[in-house]
Amino acid sequence: MFDVISNEVLAPNLHQLVVRAPRIASSRLPGQFVIVRAEAGEERIPLTIGDADAAAGTITLFVQAIGASTQRIVAVPAGGRLRDVAGPLGLPTHIRNWGRVACIGGGVGTAVLFPLAKALAEAGNEVTTIIGGRSARYIILADELGALSRELLVTTEDGSLGVQGFVTQPLEGLVADPARRPGAVFAVGPVPMMRAVAELTRPHGIETVVSLNPIMIDGTGMCGGCRVLVGGEAKFACVDGPEFDGHLVDFDNLADRLATYRESEASHVCRVAGKEVA
Amino acid sequence: MSTGMTTRERLAIDRVHMVELDADSRSRNFDEVNRGLTPEEAVREAQRCIRCTNRQCVAGCPVGVSIPEFITALADGNLREAARILTRDNALPAVCGRVCPQETQCEARCVRGIKGEPVAIGYLERFVADWATANVAELGDEPLPPPTGRRVAVVGCGPAGLTAAGELARKGHGVTIFEALHDTGGVLRYGIPEFRLPKTIIDAEVARLLALGVTVECNVIIGKTLTLAQLREEFDAVFIANGAGLPVMLSIPGENLKGVYSANEYLTRVNLMGAGRDPGSTTPIIAGKRVAVIGGGNTAMDCVRTARRLGAERAMIIYRRSEEQMPARVEEIKHAKEEGVEFVMLTAPIAIGGDKDGWVATLRCLRMELGAPDSSGRRSPVPVEGSAYDIAVDVVVNAVGTRANPLLTATAPELKLNRWGNIATDDNGATSVAGVYAGGDIVRGGATVILAMGDGKQAAAAIHDWLNRR
Ligand SMILES: Cc1cc2nc3c(=O)[nH]c(=O)nc-3n(C[C@H](O)[C@H](O)[C@H](O)COP(=O)(O)OP(=O)(O)OC[C@H]3O[C@@H](n4cnc5c(N)ncnc54)[C@H](O)[C@@H]3O)c2cc1C
Ligand SMILES: Cc1cc2nc3c(=O)[nH]c(=O)nc-3n(C[C@H](O)[C@H](O)[C@H](O)COP(=O)(O)OP(=O)(O)OC[C@H]3O[C@@H](n4cnc5c(N)ncnc54)[C@H](O)[C@@H]3O)c2cc1C
Ligand code: FES
Repeated sequence: MFDVISNEVLAPNLHQLVVRAPRIASSRLPGQFVIVRAEAGEERIPLTIGDADAAAGTITLFVQAIGASTQRIVAVPAGGRLRDVAGPLGLPTHIRNWGRVACIGGGVGTAVLFPLAKALAEAGNEVTTIIGGRSARYIILADELGALSRELLVTTEDGSLGVQGFVTQPLEGLVADPARRPGAVFAVGPVPMMRAVAELTRPHGIETVVSLNPIMIDGTGMCGGCRVLVGGEAKFACVDGPEFDGHLVDFDNLADRLATYRESEASHVCRVAGKEVA
Repeated sequence: MSTGMTTRERLAIDRVHMVELDADSRSRNFDEVNRGLTPEEAVREAQRCIRCTNRQCVAGCPVGVSIPEFITALADGNLREAARILTRDNALPAVCGRVCPQETQCEARCVRGIKGEPVAIGYLERFVADWATANVAELGDEPLPPPTGRRVAVVGCGPAGLTAAGELARKGHGVTIFEALHDTGGVLRYGIPEFRLPKTIIDAEVARLLALGVTVECNVIIGKTLTLAQLREEFDAVFIANGAGLPVMLSIPGENLKGVYSANEYLTRVNLMGAGRDPGSTTPIIAGKRVAVIGGGNTAMDCVRTARRLGAERAMIIYRRSEEQMPARVEEIKHAKEEGVEFVMLTAPIAIGGDKDGWVATLRCLRMELGAPDSSGRRSPVPVEGSAYDIAVDVVVNAVGTRANPLLTATAPELKLNRWGNIATDDNGATSVAGVYAGGDIVRGGATVILAMGDGKQAAAAIHDWLNRR
């Protein structure tokens, strides 16, 4: 059992949970994730470790409630407990000093991006962060990311905050300007967004790292369910990833496999909520 | 009483047949197929044992269960004594009585098998073990030695880890099992389906260990949550039994289509997560009307019979050799056939075809014929030129095998591996690192429950010696 220390709503359907998990807090590195189940009978849900405090023995999770199981997780109040939290899983992000880097986050991907951007800044990189969402209500962690970035750009689809449009627009500007062009780009968000970012940087040969979110079961390389095609080869995202070279990822296949259970999940009432935040 | 029976009288008894659920109805649910023996049947079957002096059956058992002794006690109606002998020799008798390949082990050596049918040792083991579980109170608490103050970490809660933990606890050592998943049992829970091994059996065996003072910590992944080096600091000795959980890919086109599963994923969804089986489960599974399972081992049989239970109208085994060469237990093959599974033999898949939405639609196969015997003595399959054809399918399950999972060993470079990535050990299970032992599938590659248990037992003895020498 893992105690939930706090549970705050950051944006519609997006919660920040601080959970007591001392072993994970002291062994995790940026880029790694945990597998969570609120209670017996639930699915095993992979969630990035957004932050950790080894001294306090806590980890921070950002959870977007899109389906039945994530809704059950965010429903656990402070003082409540999660039955299972296993990790840290996956390979840590490969962090080095590229000089200038751009960090791109879409939706809940912004939360996944946070530990990455923090580690990159700590490694001495000059970080430009671009985060996007449907509207102002869905923009999260702007202050936190702003504090560690040289520049923070915000895009919203409805123009209610920052520039109207998608994250790729400001990125285009960065990439086109030799004085601002990043040495590496990190993109986390919905599959179409990561694909668009990778396509944008490809002609310029800018190293582009994406964090993939295939459906997982065990998260330890045992089931093979999380396989993704990278450079034509099957990789297990839970042990070989979840970060990969965006220029080599077969995004079509990823999008396809993510849709495997769409029909069976559609029967959940909460799918409606899922649509709203997508 | 049987004590006075003559050999002739014993020889006159026919082998018992265990009652099974009717094939038609059982292929639609997950209830256990084999129903067990009645006390009368069990005693009668035990009386078939002629108590020969050379005890060949014991030699055929990887953990050396005192078979004639427990059977004799049973034949004499002394269940308590039978249970005492059996549980002393075998930590998981209720499991072994259900899943061991007796026909190639103990029963294969039974003298009565030379001229007829061997004694049903597996059935008797199951009977006595189930009786012991139902009568724990009557059997009383096991006397334990005073604590030694030594602590041993066990990695993995499968048969090897469970066995070692029990043996070590009985020697007075403090034992903690670390398990990566959220539940106990290893393959017994996530791999072997309920219709062969009910979860309650695993729960009972684990409860017995807990009663001995063993601690089980789930959700701890050694190599990630804690490293082997950390365990070595915290504990006096370590036993690694993390299994062989890494699927071998088919490496044919189409393997990433929707509806293509590895056996581990398919079985884990259903067995560990309850998909398609437990109404309370939120884990989904693609059931499929036409399911092709590739492989011929126990895993393949478990997948294909699961597919039937999830509602497949056509559930097929696709195997590149002939039926006689299938490694699955004879009983599993028989049960699968009774349940309407189709056996497509001498057939090798070469590609998986998809529809426009990325769902699996066809399995392209080549017919094979048996050629000359290879180094293993088995006639190897050779493709028949121009024989490619398509089978229409909704789900394909790859059950061709598993390998050692590198997750732990990648973070423990001091551990010597063999060329297949399995942990190298000596005959006692000692690894290249002092105080660290290993056993089960992580050492052998995919093997059997009883071999994993044998390793656990042997390593526990070696660990006990090692702790005493320090
Ligand atoms: C390595 C990794 C890290 C992740 N980190 C985070 C995180 O920090 N915060 C967060 O909110 N989410 C994260 N996710 C995504 C999260 O795991 C999924 O949103 C979750 O599994 C959906 O479960 P559900 O039962 O609530 O929804 P379901 O009812 O299962 O699904 C709703 C819809 O989501 C789709 N879906 C199912 N599983 C996934 C998945 N793994 N990714 C995307 N879509 C999926 C389904 O096809 C369905 O259409 C991460 C995923 C991975 C693989
Ligand atoms: C579907 C199927 C059917 C089978 N049927 C039969 C049968 O009928 N008869 C028979 O004799 N054999 C059968 N076998 C084989 C038998 O189950 C195995 O040989 C046996 O379970 C091996 O035992 P083990 O203890 O070595 O490993 P496992 O049972 O694999 O247990 C290993 C445990 O370690 C855990 N683990 C892995 N990595 C870590 C880590 N890093 N940290 C912590 N924990 C970890 C795993 O989650 C697992 O719980 C079958 C196997 C399968 C897959
Ligand atoms: S989630 Fe099972 S192998 Fe990655």
